[in-house]
Amino acid sequence: MSTLVIVEHDNQVMQSSTRHVITAALQLDPYLVLLVVGHGCASVGLEAAAIEGVKTVWLVDDELYEHQLAENVSELIVSMASSFNAILAASSTSGKNLIPRIAAMLDVAAVSDVTKIVAPDTFEHPIYAGNAIETVQVLDDKKILTIRTTAFEAAAVSKTPGPIEQIECDLFKTTTTFVHQELTKTARPDLGSASTIVSGGRALQSAEKFKLIEDLADTLGAAVGASRAAVDAGFVPNDYQVGQTGKVVAPTLYIAVGISGAVQHLAGMKDSKVIVAINKDPDAPIFQIANYGLVGDLFVLVPQLIEQLKQR
Amino acid sequence: MKIVVALKRVIDPYVKVRVKTDNTGIETQNVKMSMNPFDEIALEEALRCREKNIASEVVVVTVGTDASQETLRHALAMGADRAILVHTEKSFCSLNIAKILQKIVMDEQPQLVLMGKQSIDGDNNQTPQMLAALLGWPQATYASALSFSNSLEVTREIDGGLETIRVVLPAVVSVDLRLNEPRYASLPNIMKAKQKPLNRLELASLGITLKDHINILAVKPPVTRKGGVILDSVNALIDKLKNEAKVL
Repeated sequence: MSTLVIVEHDNQVMQSSTRHVITAALQLDPYLVLLVVGHGCASVGLEAAAIEGVKTVWLVDDELYEHQLAENVSELIVSMASSFNAILAASSTSGKNLIPRIAAMLDVAAVSDVTKIVAPDTFEHPIYAGNAIETVQVLDDKKILTIRTTAFEAAAVSKTPGPIEQIECDLFKTTTTFVHQELTKTARPDLGSASTIVSGGRALQSAEKFKLIEDLADTLGAAVGASRAAVDAGFVPNDYQVGQTGKVVAPTLYIAVGISGAVQHLAGMKDSKVIVAINKDPDAPIFQIANYGLVGDLFVLVPQLIEQLKQR
Repeated sequence: MKIVVALKRVIDPYVKVRVKTDNTGIETQNVKMSMNPFDEIALEEALRCREKNIASEVVVVTVGTDASQETLRHALAMGADRAILVHTEKSFCSLNIAKILQKIVMDEQPQLVLMGKQSIDGDNNQTPQMLAALLGWPQATYASALSFSNSLEVTREIDGGLETIRVVLPAVVSVDLRLNEPRYASLPNIMKAKQKPLNRLELASLGITLKDHINILAVKPPVTRKGGVILDSVNALIDKLKNEAKVL
């Protein structure tokens, strides 16, 4: 018996989140199988096979799975589930869309956002927007988990790729159809894996003024994030949102600009290594968790910061 | 068509939650409770469908104690036509909740089930997908826009942006924050809601077998992070980041 890790990808590149899930999977069981489901995704298989600790990659490449719809991908995974005692995916929108459907089809529980593997059947995960940590024991034989990637290191890439097996399996159809995707195009690092993130809040006042955050981010080679208030106000698209209901991040450096620090937002970034807060309100909750704070007008301080960083 | 909206009573989102000192759970005594905000968005969408004559009836359902009747009355005051309480004193994992909802959905036979993408207590984000799986229905999670024709087109909030899929009804749709702004219940509607039908069913009477899948061993407060220093200049900040934190 072994662990199945569902590789997250866009048919071309593997998401780095998968490497974090592998670290969690290896804590459960040294033998793991990576599953790449998609269409024209052979390059993803190669990437997956080159991760340290990975012995086997299964590749299921078919037109039917091009858009990785939950309905038929879950049927496919359930059809191979008897070989595994655990099935893991990242707690991304894709992993969370798929994993509970698989669990219900197998009549077992799922545990979301696992941050610690205490024992092979016991896991910690945050509840109430990170205001409490729940330890749960799964009573079912199979453990079906989504892994909070910021809680586990990324598995290293090894020099000698392991084998990739083209899997012959049943093909499942679905009545659900993909229509289109509008992905936010950016030359900046991915929010989920960036080592530095600059986030802006409602205090930025408008989409135009939010450019200041992007300027600071570009000076630092950082990703751009935002609070829910900034997203709701329409300054930036929804996928910029950092927080319990957005993305959970843990970069080396997180700079929060004009963000007061609602519980919702803190839940998404409080595991960052170093937090800097820039806010005009000295009583803003963000200062209670920030390593370094600057109190003042962000429209004065941020241009100064950009200027001085450029001079370095 | 008929729409079933599944909802949950949770601690009000503006209340600061406290972990019980014996680490067995969250303090809920004398704490303000509300309808899960995501479920409120789901209900609002169902009501808008009825107002646009896409839906003919909106039925709300919850699983819980008698205190949940208050949440159902609020849903009726917002405009739902009738309510169902599946009464139980026990709390259940997502899979068991999905099984209870499956029974209600099979009895009600709606074309669409709408619910929040997650409840803000457990944050599990599982029940809609599980319900869809048990029913063998398509699912569309994290909806930020719905458009009805012969089938249902759903725009979903995904990590990299937005994705649009088309699902054949009946289907389960879970909703995200940006789908709509829920309405307030007006005083006349709150009064009217008292006369609307609320059907209280005992869980035991549904004839479904549920087993335990999960044991909650402990609930603890998170490790707290200490605040640092307030600096007096941008210069001082750059110096600290470079020489103390060593992140520049």
